[in-house]
Amino acid sequence: MRRLPVLVALIWVCSVFYVGIFLFVGGFLLVRLEVNRTSTCADVLSPGAQVKGDFCLSEPRFRRAVVLIIDALKADFTRYDPENTAPKPFENKLPVLDEMASSHPSQARLYTFRADPPTTTMQRIKGFTTGSLPTFIDVGNNFASNAILEDNLVHQLGQVGKRVVFMGDDTWVSLFPKKFHKSLPFPSFNVKDLHTVDNGILQNIYPTMEGDDWDVLIAHFLGVDHCGHRFGPDHPAMAEKLSQMDGVIRSVIKRLKNDTLLVVMGDHGMTDTGDHGGESQKETDAALFLYSSSPLFSAPGSQVEPEVVPQTDLVPTLALLLGVPIPYSSVGQVLLPLFPQNGSRGAPTGLSQAEALWINVKQVNRFLETYSNMAKDIPPDSLSQLRADFSNISSQYLAAVHKGHLPSHELVVSMQNYLTAVRETCRASWARFNPFKMAAGLLILGVSCMLCYVISELSHVVIQEGLLKLPILSGLVAGLVVAAGQLFTQGYLELSWCLGAASLSSEVLFLWRTRGVSPRGRWSASGLLTPALLVLFLRCASLLSDSYVIYEGHVVTFLLFTLSVYVPLRLNWDGLLVPLPPDTQKPPRLLPTTLPSSVVRREATILLVWLGVMVGSLYLSLSLHNCREEQGTCQPSPFLSPLSRVQDSQLRNLHYVLSVVSLAMWGYLLHRWLRHYGNLNCSSVTVFSACFLLPLACVCMGLHWAVSATPEDTFRSLSELIGLAQVFLPRATFCLLGLGLLLLWIDPMTVFLKSRTPLNSRGTSLPPPKYRASTGISPQAELHHLIPQLYQRIRHSLEDGVTECGEADSRPAVEAYGLGTVYSAPLILLCGLLGLALLLLHPEGMALAFLLLLLEAAAVLHIHACSTTLSSLHKHSNGFSVPWAPVVSWSLAAAQFFHATGHLPTFPSIQWGAAFVGFPQGHTGTALPASLVTLNTFSSHIIFAVGCPLLLFWPLVCEVRGTRSTRSAGAEESEDAVMEMRLRENPQKFSSGLLQLAARYLFVNGAQVFASVCAAAILRRHLMVWKVFAPKLMFEASGFIVGSMFVILGVAMVMRVDMSVGGLFKKLLPQNSR
Amino acid sequence: MWDVEIRGMASAHAIIASTIFMATVIPAVFLENFSVYGTHMVWLYCVAGSVAVVNTAVFWLLGISPPTKKNTLSYKINRLSRSCLYFLLSCLFFHTVVVMYGAPLLESALETFSLAVLLSTLTTLRCLCILGPNVQAWIRVFSRDGAMSVWDTSLQITTGCSVIGAWLGAFPIPLDWDRPWQVWPISCTLGATTGFLTGLVAAPVWIHWHRKQLTYKLK
Ligand SMILES: [Zn+2]
Ligand SMILES: [Zn+2]
Repeated sequence: MRRLPVLVALIWVCSVFYVGIFLFVGGFLLVRLEVNRTSTCADVLSPGAQVKGDFCLSEPRFRRAVVLIIDALKADFTRYDPENTAPKPFENKLPVLDEMASSHPSQARLYTFRADPPTTTMQRIKGFTTGSLPTFIDVGNNFASNAILEDNLVHQLGQVGKRVVFMGDDTWVSLFPKKFHKSLPFPSFNVKDLHTVDNGILQNIYPTMEGDDWDVLIAHFLGVDHCGHRFGPDHPAMAEKLSQMDGVIRSVIKRLKNDTLLVVMGDHGMTDTGDHGGESQKETDAALFLYSSSPLFSAPGSQVEPEVVPQTDLVPTLALLLGVPIPYSSVGQVLLPLFPQNGSRGAPTGLSQAEALWINVKQVNRFLETYSNMAKDIPPDSLSQLRADFSNISSQYLAAVHKGHLPSHELVVSMQNYLTAVRETCRASWARFNPFKMAAGLLILGVSCMLCYVISELSHVVIQEGLLKLPILSGLVAGLVVAAGQLFTQGYLELSWCLGAASLSSEVLFLWRTRGVSPRGRWSASGLLTPALLVLFLRCASLLSDSYVIYEGHVVTFLLFTLSVYVPLRLNWDGLLVPLPPDTQKPPRLLPTTLPSSVVRREATILLVWLGVMVGSLYLSLSLHNCREEQGTCQPSPFLSPLSRVQDSQLRNLHYVLSVVSLAMWGYLLHRWLRHYGNLNCSSVTVFSACFLLPLACVCMGLHWAVSATPEDTFRSLSELIGLAQVFLPRATFCLLGLGLLLLWIDPMTVFLKSRTPLNSRGTSLPPPKYRASTGISPQAELHHLIPQLYQRIRHSLEDGVTECGEADSRPAVEAYGLGTVYSAPLILLCGLLGLALLLLHPEGMALAFLLLLLEAAAVLHIHACSTTLSSLHKHSNGFSVPWAPVVSWSLAAAQFFHATGHLPTFPSIQWGAAFVGFPQGHTGTALPASLVTLNTFSSHIIFAVGCPLLLFWPLVCEVRGTRSTRSAGAEESEDAVMEMRLRENPQKFSSGLLQLAARYLFVNGAQVFASVCAAAILRRHLMVWKVFAPKLMFEASGFIVGSMFVILGVAMVMRVDMSVGGLFKKLLPQNSR
Repeated sequence: MWDVEIRGMASAHAIIASTIFMATVIPAVFLENFSVYGTHMVWLYCVAGSVAVVNTAVFWLLGISPPTKKNTLSYKINRLSRSCLYFLLSCLFFHTVVVMYGAPLLESALETFSLAVLLSTLTTLRCLCILGPNVQAWIRVFSRDGAMSVWDTSLQITTGCSVIGAWLGAFPIPLDWDRPWQVWPISCTLGATTGFLTGLVAAPVWIHWHRKQLTYKLK
């Protein structure tokens, strides 16, 4: 068996995939680290300088503020053009803003308010409360809840004792749990509902304003946004909605007091179809309106007015106007027109422009220092430039203040420039898609899929010729050249481009080299249009629709069901399912030889029975699904909640019994299978782990569940013991299973050799030994499964025909139990042990799901085996080629059990409890809990990936039945059950079959990753991109990465077995032939 | 010989297709508020009933049904009752399959069963008409070399098209378009009916096209 080419090819393909994913995700998912530090009043003191001192103590410019957020209030909606006689539904509907701004120029201003992408409501709320540039993933954010942990305005207002009252979009309540003095949330989920939120606010806002129990009032209206999503801006409903908002603003203005600031703003705009999320100007440009009954602005024309106000600038402005510290992570810049100029102090209590800017500069610099210490994503050259600027400004300002005269105008400008530069630097690294990287990632992934397909078709060539050497070398060279070029021209290295160049060049070179090798007609459309690949195509296409992603669990089950039903239908269509009636005179040209009808009938029955098992387990597994929030009336499966949360004690007992029975069944079925094929007869360590470690681990798990299910208050006296058990039982289980895996790797052989003749009398005079792959130890079983030819062949090949012996004695001298399943037995044991470890990380009820998983995997394998046997005479496939249908089923089953074990491709549905199994007190590091949660999330991917080579072995394992009955039917005696030893007879075909299988499995999974990457790239403006497609992409990509690693592990396991089988034969042959 | 048979089949199919059309149009004249979406069950049973009647009548008149060896009354009654039993079993079978495909188990069981009835009418009933209550023959027909006459081939095509139509009909259900025809089981019944109509049209065309390659063994 050729091990190295197979492993190298697989690792190379996987790494190419990883590079593609890495590049795309790097360009698409904007990542930023959260700084979990907060500003305090003490921060803003500038030591050594006699500035105002602690400004929190001084009287702020405004005591109160009303913030009206009109979701998706686009800048265009607020412009008023009196000459427009035929306004569109969204034009001229908010005259109040323009009226106020023109009639009271010192009290009101209307600005264009530019949001940063992603222009989705949640990211925007985060943006204009923290003053930062939230990305899709703010690392440090706890995924389980959406709560904002970064320093923000609401937190700061609460710190100084302001009463913040909130009403409107209920997103805020999940973002700021328990931060509001009073909150009136209304459901925001239904996009088709234009009025619930708005009417809820309108009922409450005026009484609240007239009362005195508030300092800051935030009201978030959703009607305009929902109207946009439902009808688009160009619709009469929009006119109605905007006119309603006009009325709201007027009434609020009427009720304003002199010490109150009014802010009316949109969080983002919308496209002409009413969507948002992207970065086009229509989506980013919202409106900002500021108003106060007392003079707020200096006279117009006295200073430069900003054209466009960036959204981040609101935070420092509001903070300083209301007298709270600027939130720590803000990168905004105070809005200068709201602060009096130097010298002309209009408002006695306000900060001057220079003072405000100085506070702002200090805060931004502090943040920049903290951030650049934590993360390295800000380019070093711009960072050092910014540092130099700051020290310059700092010395100038402090010198000016020290001398007692006012800071010069140039200093104000340079402070502004500094703030703008910081903001732009941050924006460049956090808030911009990188289309080149996205395109490169997409390209590499697409070519990788093609590569997988080519390798699977040409596996026999790939393992023989050194096709891979040149592409891999050239890839390395290309990567190094690009790296050197970057170092030479830019001075620093961008790893992603080097990797991209390396993988792309190696891919292209490989495809170019195989262009000549590929036989003609192989790439015809008919080869690709098999129903299995059609199902795969449907699966990939389903990833492009948000509804199908939401109902993914059902979609996958549907497709898997279709594919399984297709197998017998197809066999029947080919006339292979039903034995031919004996009276029919079949023309001999159709089928040269047919299987005996009894065999056909039995195989067909077995196939249908397993189809029934498959269908049943598919149907039952549907009831174990979890629910997405988008799924409306769905109820999560009751088995998903941990037992300790089940209130009813009878129900709890029932669940517990069910789980333990499933667990026992899992262990029993594995043991039963191994015993049936005679793998438990030898005395190796593997058998020890199968016979003792596996049951022991099951018992530990059962006990652990029992302990963790006991309600806390029932056994008070034993609480210490229970706590101890909760730590040690799962750890013991992990250790047992880990030990089992280790032993399995050290000695994976489960073959028991039994000599008929006494060991000491072995000599050259002995009759030629024969081997049999026995399935059992009963004497009846011994008569079957002889492998005489096998031994002869191996010996001839090894010994070069040194000994020629007559076959006088038909009784074998040595029997080998379990030789027929020598490859699959360790693999099954590996899956079983891994499965138990993964089950431990799940809620107890998921034992059912794992049992169904075992049954379904067995069903896929048996259906595959039966259909191979039935069609074995139809198409002559020598070699061990696994067709597409079982591979696609296998991968679909993995996706299906991802859902059936209670997982969903959303971040809130991650089962965080897995991190605390065996560690109820929590962890100190992050690596261990992260890996536990990853293992939990992708457990079905892992089990199916490791078990993937079983698809190759199963038809051989099941071969016994066919030949046994051949014997009984009186067929020739020499055709003995060889089972998996066939693989050893043909090491070349074995390795090429293995490579082909793994490449096909990777292709099937890679195509799904490619589809979800396409979905994210194409639909990046979609309403659901951050809720559906981006999380789906993350899960699909991580699932692929984890799965492909375990595919390689499974293949490596097979090779490990092959090595020890080789060792066994080497050890035996000299002994017997000497 | 070929042309006659194909022409006969085309006209029979045309009659059946027009029945479906009539079953949609005529009740609209007599019944108030009749619409395919609104009173879907009524429409479904109209179509199923009329297709059943017309199918049986057409095949009986054309004499396609397999020749019966015995012509006694009791034998005929036996056949008839077996046919009814098979039809009922096929309804249950389709119901089970549809539920396994993910249809709700308890709620709207009537709708699911109606879909099963429609599917049985479009597939099993034709099998019964053409092949008689003989499961062996049914299984035989759905293999590559199993067709023994043009009618068997047309049975293959229409049955396949109906089932695939119903299967395709399930695709729009999860989409969030909120259309009236996305309600269970409307899209599936419409898909099955459309598939059946397509099959009716396609069968004569396909047989005509492939008449050179088609060779049937004599019964
Ligand atoms: Zn919004
Ligand atoms: Zn929106």
